[in-house]
Amino acid sequence: MFRKSDWTDQKIEVVIANLLRAGVTLAAGVVLAGGVVFLVRHGFAPTNYRAFAGEPSDLREWKGVVRSALNLRGRGIIQLGILCLIATPVARVAFSSLAFALERDWLYVGVASAVLVVLMYSLVGI
Amino acid sequence: MDANYGTLDSEAGLNNLEFTILVGLGSFMAGFLGALTGLGGGVVLVPLLALVFQVDIRYAVGASLVSVIATSSGAAVAYLKDGFSNIRIGMFLEVATTLGALFGAFLAARVSTAAIGAVFGLVLLYSGYTASRTQVEVPTSEPPDPLATRLGMNGVYPSLTGPKAYYVHRVPAGFGLMFGAGALSGLLGIGSGAVKVLAMDRVMGIPFKVSTTTSNFMIGVTAAASAGVYLSRGYIDPGLTMPVVLGVLAGSLAGARMLARTKTQQLRWVFAAVIVALGGEMLYGAFAGKI
Repeated sequence: MFRKSDWTDQKIEVVIANLLRAGVTLAAGVVLAGGVVFLVRHGFAPTNYRAFAGEPSDLREWKGVVRSALNLRGRGIIQLGILCLIATPVARVAFSSLAFALERDWLYVGVASAVLVVLMYSLVGI
Repeated sequence: MDANYGTLDSEAGLNNLEFTILVGLGSFMAGFLGALTGLGGGVVLVPLLALVFQVDIRYAVGASLVSVIATSSGAAVAYLKDGFSNIRIGMFLEVATTLGALFGAFLAARVSTAAIGAVFGLVLLYSGYTASRTQVEVPTSEPPDPLATRLGMNGVYPSLTGPKAYYVHRVPAGFGLMFGAGALSGLLGIGSGAVKVLAMDRVMGIPFKVSTTTSNFMIGVTAAASAGVYLSRGYIDPGLTMPVVLGVLAGSLAGARMLARTKTQQLRWVFAAVIVALGGEMLYGAFAGKI
């Protein structure tokens, strides 16, 4: 009746923990690098976040962000780091789905896949 | 400068470098106190940006949401290795929180910024209230929910007297409340850990320690679901998000490190009072048309 707190679940949790750490570290590094580029070039420009204008279209979807980052634009590189950060929990859910399949827990493969579908809809589908 | 007494915004003549440093320091403090008190820093970030730095609430919510993903994923590492969090409960309830987060993000574009500010104020008041209450374990005498058994949610957690078994109750009610937690997260750019813990601890009868760690684990996935919508709407500004996410992340890591050797009860009271004050300020700002 109880789910045994078995070795496999423990192992999954350790892998997930390492995955999360790697994702956050990578994302923070990219954001920091982009921040340095941005401030070196635009550090003395005036700030204005009081009026909402929305981001330019190339910073609203991943293809434009990648293009902007490859052109070494500071804001593009920061946005790429933010995308890495958003991708980290998505990768976690994808890995969990795989791990449940290895445990042959098909019910939870379905649950994890459902969460993944919602995430993909939000990130790519709109 | 005189006309802007008490606020630090573009009209006070800040350039990007000064703004980055000040917002980075503020975010560091928010992350630090959030981790030290266990109340989370996300809830004070939006009021800090909107009220002190005069940032439009949509940009503030976008930046806060991204920082929530960072702290949740960063902190999950420590919790996962302790063996308290339950990945099955988390994964199942994430179906509800991610759907709620999508709903909240859609709602954010359809309601006025003043309405967002007012809801935010109420959530702050509630968070302050729950934070000041001392936590007691409520033993439930109800039988476990058969649905929870079928979903393999019942588990075991480490306690001082060895591994202890627990049962999960009232799954549908908890699931419904989780949808609400997700919607708040998507609307306000916060982790809404307080509502998640309420659902698991109070409604589903899950032990407090398992509830808080599993809740933290779920926050990143919930926030990622609305972050996609925010990004495509242009709410996530790199120049603003950079100091916020780096500051909060550094602050929460420093706070977690200090946690082991600090008495936090008094600090928790102080932080709860700050949250309540910000809640009142947000409500006032919303009704006075300042947000």
